[in-house]
Amino acid sequence: MATQQTQLLARTLLTPAVALLFIWMIVPLALTIYFATLHYNLLDPGSESFVGLENFRYFLTDPAFLASLQNTLVLVGSVLAITIILGVPLALLLDQQVVGLSIVRLMVIAPFFVMPTVSALVWKNLLMHPVSGLFAWIAHLFGLPAIDWFNDAPLFSVILIISWQWLPFATLILLTALQSLDEEQKEAAEMDGASAISTFIYITLPHLARPITVVILIETIFLLTVFAEIFVTTGGGPGLQTTNIAFLIYSQALIQYDVGSASAGGLVAVVLANIVAFFLVRIVGRNLEA
Amino acid sequence: MARMVTTQRKVISTAAAWLVGFLIFFPILWMVLASFKTELEAFAIPPSFLFFHWTTENYVTVQERSDYFHHALNSIIIAGGSTLIAMLIAIPAAWSMAFSPTKRTKDVLLWMLSTKMMPPVGVLVPIYLIFRNFGLLDTRSGLIFILCLGNLPIVIWMLFTYFKEIPKDILEAARMDGATIGRELIYVLTPMAVPGLASTMLLNLILAWNEAFWTLNLSTLEAAPLTVFIASYSSPEGLFWAKLSAASTLAIAPILVLGWFSQRQLVRGLTFGAVK
Repeated sequence: MATQQTQLLARTLLTPAVALLFIWMIVPLALTIYFATLHYNLLDPGSESFVGLENFRYFLTDPAFLASLQNTLVLVGSVLAITIILGVPLALLLDQQVVGLSIVRLMVIAPFFVMPTVSALVWKNLLMHPVSGLFAWIAHLFGLPAIDWFNDAPLFSVILIISWQWLPFATLILLTALQSLDEEQKEAAEMDGASAISTFIYITLPHLARPITVVILIETIFLLTVFAEIFVTTGGGPGLQTTNIAFLIYSQALIQYDVGSASAGGLVAVVLANIVAFFLVRIVGRNLEA
Repeated sequence: MARMVTTQRKVISTAAAWLVGFLIFFPILWMVLASFKTELEAFAIPPSFLFFHWTTENYVTVQERSDYFHHALNSIIIAGGSTLIAMLIAIPAAWSMAFSPTKRTKDVLLWMLSTKMMPPVGVLVPIYLIFRNFGLLDTRSGLIFILCLGNLPIVIWMLFTYFKEIPKDILEAARMDGATIGRELIYVLTPMAVPGLASTMLLNLILAWNEAFWTLNLSTLEAAPLTVFIASYSSPEGLFWAKLSAASTLAIAPILVLGWFSQRQLVRGLTFGAVK
């Protein structure tokens, strides 16, 4: 029968993608779990031995872990706060009648398309350099002392750069959501004498609740594993001040070659990401039915 | 009907929007300007905004001293290759789920999405060791493979949402006229799907071009794409601002152009259809 044939074909077409993704998910994860139970250092080959949960104990009680967990949370929280708090008014502004809107949109969205290594280096040098950077010069114009960004406030500097990269993303999604807001609803509210502020609070903001949630979840997934920006600007320093979980695992794996401990750390990162992913998948799944 | 907007309000929002847009875009503009300065002027305080000695010398030096085109070619091959392969795997899968959905289709889709949630750093160790043991470190094929798998869920999802929008009646009509599935795929579906295919490819190209976790960790020189090439400017002895700017401008220019064309698809692709 034709339908049976179709179904068989459909399954055949789906199989390669499912098989590949399954292998991609399961093999490295299984290996990570396996390595996490070994004493395994690449500098000390042949000494691999089973140590049970020792690596987890080592990784989780390492002061560097607590410091990097804190940095990760501060970084994710700050970038989320900055991009949402600035993104909402920016999206509202771009939703107004603006002459040359398409050009303004292009300028606003541009940072998102700049590769992370470029934005990090341009900000670190051309803008934030304590002597020759543009910010230092502006501070000088106002008679203020120049800030040595990456020494005095290293984590904040990284946060600033990453916020610049993600603000366009938040704005674009919020703007897309705003444009689907029923114009008549707002008009009706205005006719009934609602002020701009109450229109915003009672109509616009509830409408934005869902896109804001989506922005928070998606940004969190990417921000939990920020790497390139830290790699090219601070290398995790000074000290551990800009080391996040991702960078800590990288340095244990590829600088200290401690496979066991890095794997244990990797699993901690997987668990953290999964907590966020759980909520995101539920929201997307609900939308799939609608 | 659009709401009546007073001229005054329009002037204010226009001025505000242009000011904010300019501020956000400024770092990129500043970088492009610096790429046309001499090293001395790029470093100078007070900085010169437009009235400096314009030169294209940096663009020449970047190629001569560090073989820019070698890395640009790597970027093109890696981003293009991983995108093409991902499309080849994703098109049949998305087609199958959009047009012959089963009870489990939703679960399969959500499961695919969840593989994208896996933080790359969680599997850095095994991937690095596998690459080392199979001689894949610093090879283009290794990077193509890994970026293809990393973006596959997004590609399948985007294609799925586009295919979903193609009316099923058309397929049924074609079937009634006796079209085989192969013909249906080539003559009916493909023309209707071209816009969706194009924007999916575009977004995937952008993501692969800018990918900076696997490229930084798995390549050093031979296969290094532009992300890694630019990162080499971070060493203190390599601090040449004008040359860094020239290399950066070249590295982001093609993707900025592509990106501007794909703004709308970006939202769909990165939110997995949760915001339209």
